[in-house]
Amino acid sequence: MSWNSLLGSIITLLGSIFLFLGALGVYRMPDLYNRMQAGTKSTTLGTMLTLLGIGICHYEWLGQVLILIIFIALTNPISSHALARAAHFKGIPLTAKSVTDKLKEEESKAEVL
Amino acid sequence: MDKLPEIILHISTYFVSAGIILATLRLIKGPTMADRAVALDTFTVISISLIVLIACIAGRVIFLDVGMVYAILSFIGVVAVARYIEGGL
Repeated sequence: MSWNSLLGSIITLLGSIFLFLGALGVYRMPDLYNRMQAGTKSTTLGTMLTLLGIGICHYEWLGQVLILIIFIALTNPISSHALARAAHFKGIPLTAKSVTDKLKEEESKAEVL
Repeated sequence: MDKLPEIILHISTYFVSAGIILATLRLIKGPTMADRAVALDTFTVISISLIVLIACIAGRVIFLDVGMVYAILSFIGVVAVARYIEGGL
């Protein structure tokens, strides 16, 4: 047993727990926006940790894995932003428990002006 | 003790598969189309991790290329679905 494979597998386990919690949030949250929050942030971190752990396990794969990590870190926020923007302009309501909606406030201010 | 990293990798494969099942349940259940798109986004991002984990367990470097192409296609697909929901497509 080499130490780098043990370290890499523990990091992979941590990342997979983050992925599971993110999917649990997608299943359990009451609202589309809350679901997106759970399903994007924690899956970004979980995927990056999982890929980094596998890159530590296999040193010769580290370059390709780093390219994948950079790609995930660049594209995952973009897709979630596009989805949130589309949902808001479609008029999907927030859940009743939510406190504030800054974008709606800004839009009503712009209409008054 | 010698097989401990392999066992940990198998346990993390179970966690990732459970996440995929939960995202699929939301994909079936979701009330609106945007909910389904969010579930699809989560599903594809988790699937990339599963593909790379399978590459590590099977010891084949070719699955990394599969994961990369899958990531690119899923990103384009999710952005296209978002534009369609918004009405700009």
